[in-house]
Amino acid sequence: MKQFLVFVRKEFYHVFRDKRTLLILFGLPIAQVLLFGFALTTEIKNAQIVVVDYSKDVATQQIITRIAASPYFSLDREVLSYADMERAFRRGKIKCAVVFPPHFNEDLLHGHKAQVQIIADASDPNTDRTLSNYLNAIIGEYQHDLNANIPVPYQIKTEITMLYNPEMNGSMNFIPGVIALVLMIACTTLTSVSIVREKEMGTMEVLLVSPFRPLYVILSKAVPYLALSLMNFTIILLLGVFLLDVPIRGNLVLLFAESLFFILSCLSFGLLISSFTSSQQTAMMISMMGMMLPTILFTGFLFPIENMPWPLQVISNIVPAKWYYSIMKTVMLKGLGITAVWKESLVLVGMTCALLAISLKSFKIRLA
Amino acid sequence: MTDKAIVCKDLCKQFGDFTAVNRISFDVNKGEIYGFLGANGAGKTTAMRMLCGLSYPTSGEATVAGYNVYRQQEAIKRNIGYMSQKFSLYENLTVRENIRFYGGVYGLSDSQLKEKGVELIERLGLGKEMNKLVGELPLGWKQKLAFSVAIIHQPTIVFLDEPTGGVDPVTRRQFWDLIYHAADQGITIFVTTHYMDEAEYCHRLSIMVDGRIDALDTPAELKRKYSARTMDEVFYALARGAKRSAD
Repeated sequence: MKQFLVFVRKEFYHVFRDKRTLLILFGLPIAQVLLFGFALTTEIKNAQIVVVDYSKDVATQQIITRIAASPYFSLDREVLSYADMERAFRRGKIKCAVVFPPHFNEDLLHGHKAQVQIIADASDPNTDRTLSNYLNAIIGEYQHDLNANIPVPYQIKTEITMLYNPEMNGSMNFIPGVIALVLMIACTTLTSVSIVREKEMGTMEVLLVSPFRPLYVILSKAVPYLALSLMNFTIILLLGVFLLDVPIRGNLVLLFAESLFFILSCLSFGLLISSFTSSQQTAMMISMMGMMLPTILFTGFLFPIENMPWPLQVISNIVPAKWYYSIMKTVMLKGLGITAVWKESLVLVGMTCALLAISLKSFKIRLA
Repeated sequence: MTDKAIVCKDLCKQFGDFTAVNRISFDVNKGEIYGFLGANGAGKTTAMRMLCGLSYPTSGEATVAGYNVYRQQEAIKRNIGYMSQKFSLYENLTVRENIRFYGGVYGLSDSQLKEKGVELIERLGLGKEMNKLVGELPLGWKQKLAFSVAIIHQPTIVFLDEPTGGVDPVTRRQFWDLIYHAADQGITIFVTTHYMDEAEYCHRLSIMVDGRIDALDTPAELKRKYSARTMDEVFYALARGAKRSAD
């Protein structure tokens, strides 16, 4: 036991003295959260917009006020004509425009039907779609409020027919994905590199010749990284909650328990990689590239798995991160308990055990 | 207990149909400095790994420190020290931390560690460097430190695998002073080397060619037998007949 503690202490020395390890361990999650939370978000905030109002009545004024109040748009100014608007588009000053035809309010009140045109800069299709969806939602909301006390509903027709939930927070779906990604990269890479480093430096031989049992070598490697990974997990959660307003609706204990299994499976993966590689660079490459791509592709947090061809869907099932991501989403964002995720949990635990067994076995074979 | 540190009889190791070590037999006396020579690929490392309890022999018998290499690997590991050609201390740990780590791995108590540590530091004159990272020390000192750490638990035998690779002649000489000192304390030294001047320092040595031990004697006797002036000539006379190419 004392030998074990001596070893664990040594591992911590290694971690805290190696800038590269520290960077992967703590820089990576922070960078990822910020990147995915802010840079890669599909939300658009403060998009420049203009309004061309040929009607200038109560209804258009109210809609304009609502647009101006929305955090997604920054209402530049009201332009007087279509030509002004076109000029603004050409200069790239605005992302979209709203055009109210003459007699908007009249049409609405008497004909119970009015039209509004939304024009978006289509050079960036994704932005365009998102913005028009936002506008559509704002107008729809206005219409809804208007209709609250009136028997025959008023109808405002926009060109966009898809509905968007303006409440939707883009970072929410990313956080569980980022957690899976960061844990996968950090645990796998660091474990494999730290073991391979000992091989490369020749210290592994000395350890194997010592009375220290090989199993303990692995365990004492795993313990510090397990602890650090849990810390990592906590950091990402905190960043998500306080920086990106991601709610944690589910049970924290369950979240940690599921993460523990996922971390274990990552650690065993790292161990497995270290059994088959002999240089730190190779180990790093394999664990970074080999882990990152499947995790990004097959967890479903960037690309929906349902849309993939079936062979890829089948492959996605062997990626532990996929199951972990699904569990995290359900527990964290939907707030459901173990009854909702027991199947996924079972798969995750099974995979963890299998990986652990395979990696331990391959480590022993290498010693013989 | 016998007065033999290592007894080796017809030891074989086969990888597929390749015989890495071919029926080698030799004894090493207690307190002896035994040189284990051979060209690259002659099978030295494989033989040494079997004696250290890192791999099982295919056939043959061997005991190390009185323990059987098939059944008592754990006991062997407790009674040997090991230093490899690769530098075997942790570069980003300080001198003190390295000593405490390896001492701890061999199960030394805190008081033993303290006593041994102080003794070791004094002998090497490393007092001022105690809290320096090992990576910052010059290679010669690292090597000496690695050797001292390898025998910190007073093993019966210490295995040195090309311990002086890349070290200048003066430091090598100093290194051998440490080896003699350890041998005086009764520690058996089992050393492989490519330096023939170092071979002369050994009490007895064997030369491996193609997995066999082709010669085993004192340096003086070997030179006489092969009517050579230096160990170099003896080595070449034997190694020239090798069929395996060096790896």
